[in-house]
Parts: sequence; C-alpha cells; structure tokens
Amino acid sequence: MMVDTNLSSAMEITVNVMLLIFVVSLFLAFFRLFRGPSLPDRVVALDLIAAIVVALFAVYSVVVDQPVFIDAAIVLALIIFLGTVAFARYTERRGRP
Amino acid sequence: MSEIIIIILMAIGGALMLLAGVGIVRMPDLFTRMHVATKSATLGVGCVMTAVAIYFGDVGVATRALLVILFFFLTAPVGAHLIGRAGYIVGTPLWHGTKWDELDNMYDHANHTLDSPASVKSRDPATQSTTTHQADGDSAGESPVD
Repeated sequence: MMVDTNLSSAMEITVNVMLLIFVVSLFLAFFRLFRGPSLPDRVVALDLIAAIVVALFAVYSVVVDQPVFIDAAIVLALIIFLGTVAFARYTERRGRP
Repeated sequence: MSEIIIIILMAIGGALMLLAGVGIVRMPDLFTRMHVATKSATLGVGCVMTAVAIYFGDVGVATRALLVILFFFLTAPVGAHLIGRAGYIVGTPLWHGTKWDELDNMYDHANHTLDSPASVKSRDPATQSTTTHQADGDSAGESPVD
C-alpha cells in the first residue's frame, strides 16, 4: 500500500523499483529454499531471505517515512544469525546432508 | 544533491540483491551459492542502509543504520563459515567441475583435525598424486599453499 508521501517523483520511482527488485529476489531465494538438494543449501537460502527482508524494511521505512522500521531490521538480523549458527551446529551433529 | 546520492546507492544495493538472488538459483553447488549469497547480500544491505541514513539525515537513525551495517559485516562471514564447514563435514557434494579440494584426504573426520600438505607428502607421496586432479598447472606433490 503506497501512502501519500512527500517524496519527489524520482525518489518515488526509485523506491517502487527497489521494492519490485527485492520481491523478485525474494522469489528466487524461495525457489532455492524449496528446491535446495541439501539442508545447508536451504540454510543459505534462509540467510539470503533475511538479508533481503532487512533491506526491504529499510526501503519501506523510506516509503512510509517512519524510521522505526530500522529497529525491526536490527532485531531480524540478530535473530537470523543465531538461527544460522544453530542450524550449522545441528547439521554437523546430525552428520548427513 | 543528496537525492542523487540516495538514488545511486539504492540502485547499487538493488542490483547487488538481484545478483544474489540470481546467483543462488544459478550456481551449481553449496559453496558457490554460499559465496555469492553472502558477499553480494552483505554489500547490498550496506548500500541500502547508507542510503536510508542519508535520507533521514538524523543522528539517531544514522547510528542505527550503522549498527545494522556493522552487524551484517561481522556476522555474515561467520555464519557463512559455519555453514560451509558443516556442509563440508557432512559431505555435501562438490560441483563436478571443481579443480581444487585442498581438504581432500587431509581432514580427519573422527578427531576434526587437519593435516598439513607437507606431512602428507612426507608420509605417503603415492596416495597424494592419485587424489589430486590432473589439471594443468596442478603439479602434484608441490605444496598448494604457503
């Protein structure tokens, strides 16, 4: 939902194109998440999805002119790193891809 | 003026993110996928966050954006290293066109210790010449790393 903002037309076009690009790369990463032949592939795809969502939050905070979304991006980056470390540890313990 | 900088930074960040998305679909094995996803996604987040910090022009927002960038630059290599290590240990297959596997026959899966190339060479040169690939420039027996 595009809200009424005070962005200039060039910024508005840029921001919309950025959101489109992020959604496309989210779909590509989701493809690898479903397809990925091994568990580490899926974990890498999850990591990439988290990075894309963090960037999406940043651009969306420009769209709605609310810098609060950057705090959400910080929290998301923190949690996903812990998830990656846990996945790596338990994959190694499980012993098969 | 600052708008032009914001637009350029955002365009670079979006291009890097799209590159990461295409790379994770197109790359042939786990390690190349990990490499493309980690590097370009980290730099893409850095560019977008810098653009957002310039856009708001506020010290508090800039500090938080810097925190995100710093955190990504610290954690992305660590996470990629852990996943790559776990993937190699559990035996994820390498791409068939891989030229070098420097850990081949040097990693002890029971004790998680690593032999150096020199000790393998002095112990048994015959096995090493059979395990290394026959690509040109790949002189078996010479130490691959210094």
